[in-house]
Amino acid sequence: MNAFKGFVKKEFKQIYRDKRTLLVLFGMPVIMMILFGFAIRNEIQSAEVAVLDLSKDSMTAELIQKIESNPSFDITHYLQAYNEVEPLFQKGNVKAVLIFENNFEQKMVRHSSAKIQMVTDATDPNLARLLQAYTSSIVQDFSDDLNPEISIEQAGLSPEIRMMYNPELRSVNLFVPGLIAVILMLISALMTSISITREKEMGNMEILLVSPLKPYQIIIGKVLPYLVLSLVNVFTILLLAIFVFEVPFEGSFILFFAESILFILTALSLGVFISAVANNQQTAMMVSLAGLLLPTVLLSGFIFPISSMPQVLQWISHIIPAKWFLEIVRSIMLKGGGISVLWFQTAILVVITLLFMGLSMKRFNVRLQ
Amino acid sequence: MNNVVEISEVSKSYEDVKALKEISFEVEKGELFGLIGPDGAGKTTLFRILTTLLVPDSGEAKVLGMDVVENYREIRPILGYMPGRFSLYQDLSVEENIRFFASVFGTTLEENYDLVKPIYQQLEPFKNRLAGALSGGMKQKLALSCALIHKPELLILDEPTTGVDAVSRKEFWEMLHLLKHQGITILASTPYMDEADQCDRVALMQNGKILKISTPDEVAQSFSSTLYGIRSKHRFQLIQVLREYQYVKSVQPFGESVHYADHRNDPDTDDILRYLSTHGVEDAEIKKIDSNIEDTFMELMQQEESHA
Amino acid sequence: MPEVAIQTRDLTKKFGDFTAVNQISFDVRRGEIFGFLGANGAGKTTAIKMLTGLLSPTSGEGSVAGHDIHSESEAIKKKIGYMSQRFSLYDDLTVKENIRFYGGVYGLSRHILRSKYDEILEKVDLKDEIDSRVGSLPLGWKQKLAFSIALLHEPKIVFLDEPTGGVDPITRRQFWEMIYKASEDGVTVFVTTHYMDEAEYCDRVSIMVDGKIEALDSPVELKRSFSAKSIEEVFIELARGAENSDG
Repeated sequence: MNAFKGFVKKEFKQIYRDKRTLLVLFGMPVIMMILFGFAIRNEIQSAEVAVLDLSKDSMTAELIQKIESNPSFDITHYLQAYNEVEPLFQKGNVKAVLIFENNFEQKMVRHSSAKIQMVTDATDPNLARLLQAYTSSIVQDFSDDLNPEISIEQAGLSPEIRMMYNPELRSVNLFVPGLIAVILMLISALMTSISITREKEMGNMEILLVSPLKPYQIIIGKVLPYLVLSLVNVFTILLLAIFVFEVPFEGSFILFFAESILFILTALSLGVFISAVANNQQTAMMVSLAGLLLPTVLLSGFIFPISSMPQVLQWISHIIPAKWFLEIVRSIMLKGGGISVLWFQTAILVVITLLFMGLSMKRFNVRLQ
Repeated sequence: MNNVVEISEVSKSYEDVKALKEISFEVEKGELFGLIGPDGAGKTTLFRILTTLLVPDSGEAKVLGMDVVENYREIRPILGYMPGRFSLYQDLSVEENIRFFASVFGTTLEENYDLVKPIYQQLEPFKNRLAGALSGGMKQKLALSCALIHKPELLILDEPTTGVDAVSRKEFWEMLHLLKHQGITILASTPYMDEADQCDRVALMQNGKILKISTPDEVAQSFSSTLYGIRSKHRFQLIQVLREYQYVKSVQPFGESVHYADHRNDPDTDDILRYLSTHGVEDAEIKKIDSNIEDTFMELMQQEESHA
Repeated sequence: MPEVAIQTRDLTKKFGDFTAVNQISFDVRRGEIFGFLGANGAGKTTAIKMLTGLLSPTSGEGSVAGHDIHSESEAIKKKIGYMSQRFSLYDDLTVKENIRFYGGVYGLSRHILRSKYDEILEKVDLKDEIDSRVGSLPLGWKQKLAFSIALLHEPKIVFLDEPTGGVDPITRRQFWEMIYKASEDGVTVFVTTHYMDEAEYCDRVSIMVDGKIEALDSPVELKRSFSAKSIEEVFIELARGAENSDG
């Protein structure tokens, strides 16, 4: 037991001495959080919009008023005719133009339907889609207030959109769980695999194997410091998310940390597995980055929604641990989901973890080769 | 039981390379045994089998009567091992390194201080220095201290003196002699023939085979012919001309002189000098010399090749 | 080509307070095999870096192949070859690719490269291995190939760093014969090594201790004046008292 303690102590010392890596380990979550939180946001803030009101009646005035008062929109131009629309887009002055057809109110009263046309600048398709969604929800509200039986048809807009759980579509709410997954993968899997292969490369592993330390003790000793580091990082991200970015946290903190530890173990077992297969730090790093980090970023639903991926990629996403972890964390944070709805995802993570732990134990021999 | 190491007909292959070909030898208790051979001779593979890190394809290897495959758990604690690439933890200090290895082997620096003292004492002034900042010779001393810290019965050192300057190497061998006197059996490898004299017995290794096992003196003397040292300012020419001589058996440059062996039993040295001067090497001096380990090694290598 | 290949006068390099190389002066003749010995930390590496134009001296004079080491380091680089055990060839390229690569580095014309190429394969006896990866060759062959490649651009001086460490005794002698041959051809060979038996092959040997050259002579003379049996004894005698060595 003393041997094991000595080993863990040495690991912590080595990590602590490597100031540059340490700075990256603790600085990275904060920097990524700030990047994703402030710079790369999906929601719209004061998007420049122009209005062409061909009707100019009280109803259109009221609708325009409603749109104007929404912080997402900033009405910068009031147009008089169609032919002003095109030049405005050409200059790039506005992101969208809202066009109310003539005799809007009259049509509304007589036929219970009137048309609003929305022209968006699709060179920025994300923004265009978001503007459509926002407008449609405003118009929907308006028509609901007006009369439940009267509907407004909107050209190119679906009136069915309802935003639940994240009604403002705040991207930071969605990014936080993904970010936790990426950072845990990076620290737990990448760092452990590099740290174990380094021992191999320097020839120290030969001595450790010959020593009374059991292979599982070597593995646990290697893994333990990174478990602690990862937990600290989860904590940092969570604090930043809640207090700086005001991300809601609906569910149980205990469940959240338990699931995080489970995911850290998954990542650690993957890291150990990589180091059992790779013989030098370079290979370990390449395998970790290409085999773990990229899928975690691209295929977990962190950045690209899984439902919009080709079928094949959707299948592949099922074996990406981060995908399940993302579902779990999003559910806990945004919906307040409990273990009763998350047992399935949790079970999958447990299975993946056990599988790779078993595999690496088998590969991580008492001998070389 | 007097043999600490017993190896019989051990073979080991990696894919299509035969690293060891039916190797057999014994090391007695308290012996300082040297494994001498160039890179790729199979020294490291043999050591890894002895340290239970590799399993031989065939044959049997025993340490203190215990089989390296079956009894690896019992063998490991009594071994002190210094792998060839071993470079300690560069980011830990001298003291932290030795304390780490002590704790890993279930002991403390204080408990076995007497054993490592002669070596570790020289490092103590620098005990807070990071191992990465030590010079080559000091690193080797620290590595040896770390391998010794749990009082092993058998010390296995894989090329401990490679890359270290002559003074440090000499000191290193002096320390090994000291340890030997404390009853520790030592098995060390080296690619440098001139280190053979430091050992009680040596095994010459080449291409996975043992060419000869004996005391360094015996190995040196077992060269099969009379050997002459020939000197000339024009070494290159001397070598070329000697190779063309009708009685030539072998010509090997050896630093400032050329070692020459003749097919005749008792050749006339004047005859050789005369031959040389008629072929343009006029300043040659010749004298009978004792063969050394390298002469024997090369002769054995050539015999091995002509057999193959 | 002057008859003196390397010349230094009071060559000195200081790093802050520490004097790594302290006023060394020596001449190396054209075609000489010159052994440059010293303990770890004695200043060998620093001295060689100055001679090869990688470091500029703090004070003192020096010339290599007739070029001043202060002002003509680019000209020097074209006239020297370098080979060490650590840095030599690309293991993952074949013999042929390595030769072509280095030929390219030194700007050899296609025509010259072709004739050199055959010459090397002949010399190193690697005809059957031209498409083998260098990593799969025995160490001794690699070293011989590396030496031939270091001579590819016909340098006036080659610097060899521990050229035959770990090589079997027969191949090692073949290597030294290649060095003798190069020396016959007028190439100056500058060898650094930790292994004193390598030093015995040199025409003259210098031994550096604490940044100074403490002894410089032929191996025979050195042994005679120190009444020692080997260069190793001479070296140990000189280096034992060193401050900057391992001790």
